[in-house]
Amino acid sequence: MADLSRTPSPSDARDDGLRSSWLARLGWLALFAYVVYALSILNFNVARMLAGLANAAELLGRMFPPLFSRADLRELMFAGLLESLQIAVLASAVGILVSLPLGVLAARNLMPAWLSWIARGVIMLCRSFHPIIVAILFVKAVGFGALAGILALIVASIGFIAKLFAEAIEEISLKQVEAVRATGAGFFNMLIFAVLPQVNARFIGFATYQLDSNLRNSTMVGIVGGGGIGGTLQAAFGRFDYDFVCAILITIIAMIMIGEILSQRLRAIFL
Amino acid sequence: MTNATAAAPRPSAGPVEGSALSLKDLTVAYVPGRPVLKGVSLDIADRSVIAIIGPSGTGKSTLIRAINRLVTPNSGSIHFKGQDLARLRGRALRAARCRIGMVFQEYNLVERLSVMENVLSGRLGTLPVWRVWLRAFPKHDISRAFDLLDQVGLAGFAAQRADALSGGQRQRVGIARALMQDPDLLLADEPTSSLDPKTSVEIMELMTQLAGQRGVPLIVNMHQVDLARRFAHRIIGMSGGHVVFDGPPDTLEDHHLHQIYGGEGWLT
Repeated sequence: MADLSRTPSPSDARDDGLRSSWLARLGWLALFAYVVYALSILNFNVARMLAGLANAAELLGRMFPPLFSRADLRELMFAGLLESLQIAVLASAVGILVSLPLGVLAARNLMPAWLSWIARGVIMLCRSFHPIIVAILFVKAVGFGALAGILALIVASIGFIAKLFAEAIEEISLKQVEAVRATGAGFFNMLIFAVLPQVNARFIGFATYQLDSNLRNSTMVGIVGGGGIGGTLQAAFGRFDYDFVCAILITIIAMIMIGEILSQRLRAIFL
Repeated sequence: MTNATAAAPRPSAGPVEGSALSLKDLTVAYVPGRPVLKGVSLDIADRSVIAIIGPSGTGKSTLIRAINRLVTPNSGSIHFKGQDLARLRGRALRAARCRIGMVFQEYNLVERLSVMENVLSGRLGTLPVWRVWLRAFPKHDISRAFDLLDQVGLAGFAAQRADALSGGQRQRVGIARALMQDPDLLLADEPTSSLDPKTSVEIMELMTQLAGQRGVPLIVNMHQVDLARRFAHRIIGMSGGHVVFDGPPDTLEDHHLHQIYGGEGWLT
């Protein structure tokens, strides 16, 4: 800190709470040092980036114009797209349905500690792996195809929605719950009338966000054999059909944008 | 206890018909070994308005909350309608709570629900889950809720959301919700502490009037001694977890207040 005209005075003895702690400053310094170190060790430098840029330019050149004209490829693409869409919608629906009770079970202010810890364990397990890894596991377990992709995205949806839903429940006003309990309401009636109204809006927010996110992820699970357009994309890459790759990417972008608009509409209806 | 004159309500309150509610040696300790309520015994008659006064942190709220078991007493008994509420659990406890209406200091309405839904939540103890989920309330409950809204002066507010109301209006909804239970006993935990003086008087008038019409006892704890004097048939003064005064309002004198609240400077 700058010592501007600092004369010793009685006020210096008091802690004005303005200076940040030495520990925090040390933390920033350590972070900076580590970034420099990591950059040096990972061969992350301008020369390589420039070389890469040339490759990228060539790839882009071969991507354009995108190939939309061949009917057989178009059919392949739309079949894949439709499957991705189905994977996303089914996974979201099941994920939302499972997250609702699981989130309630995981809320520490409503449930006994042992039960909420079990529910939290399940959620934590769902969150610990990236959807790609879960998809690979399911492809091994149930074979190639959309089922593996759906199961993988259900797991991802539970991990996200149930966790945030549980946290939303933990932040509700217990006064409202107490008032409803005082009327003699049983647990489920209390849940419906005192807890859900307080978290409804946020739950719908989480659910539509996850639908968005599943739409994105459903294009990806196909890369590891989980069904959907990802498989088509992978195959196109493998055959170096970069113009077809470009067509697929543009279609995916269009789908994601439409999905985003739809989920916004959905939120507007429910909130 | 020291100053207890006859614990009878004013003549205007009607005849005393035995005691509706009887507390014996009620003790509550949130922290083991440090009781907030230290062996309180009270008999409360039918059809009376009882005000509990006392400094903050003296166990008034705990006493009220122990009666409908939002707080579990460590020892003692709460006899009400032939049952010891202190020993009830599960279904039996919820059934007993259905018969006890409660009004809260901060109204405790479910903010995002409509006024109608808040009033109807007084019936939640008696309705099956599917009806509550589908909002399929029996017709007679809905028409009774409309009647109650009329009685508390909120006709036409049924479809508004609770968070759109003012404090006084919210407390009226709180009262309607409590009455929707068709209670045998009304509890009010500092119902006027969040309200302005004029609204406080209106709310107290409304509660005492409606409790009187239904012939159910009303137990209110409050900070305003003047309101207690004005509306209660009987005043109970608490200090340090004990009852230190129990009698009709006209027997409450300055030296009692001194005993209840301590200090003298504020008693001019």
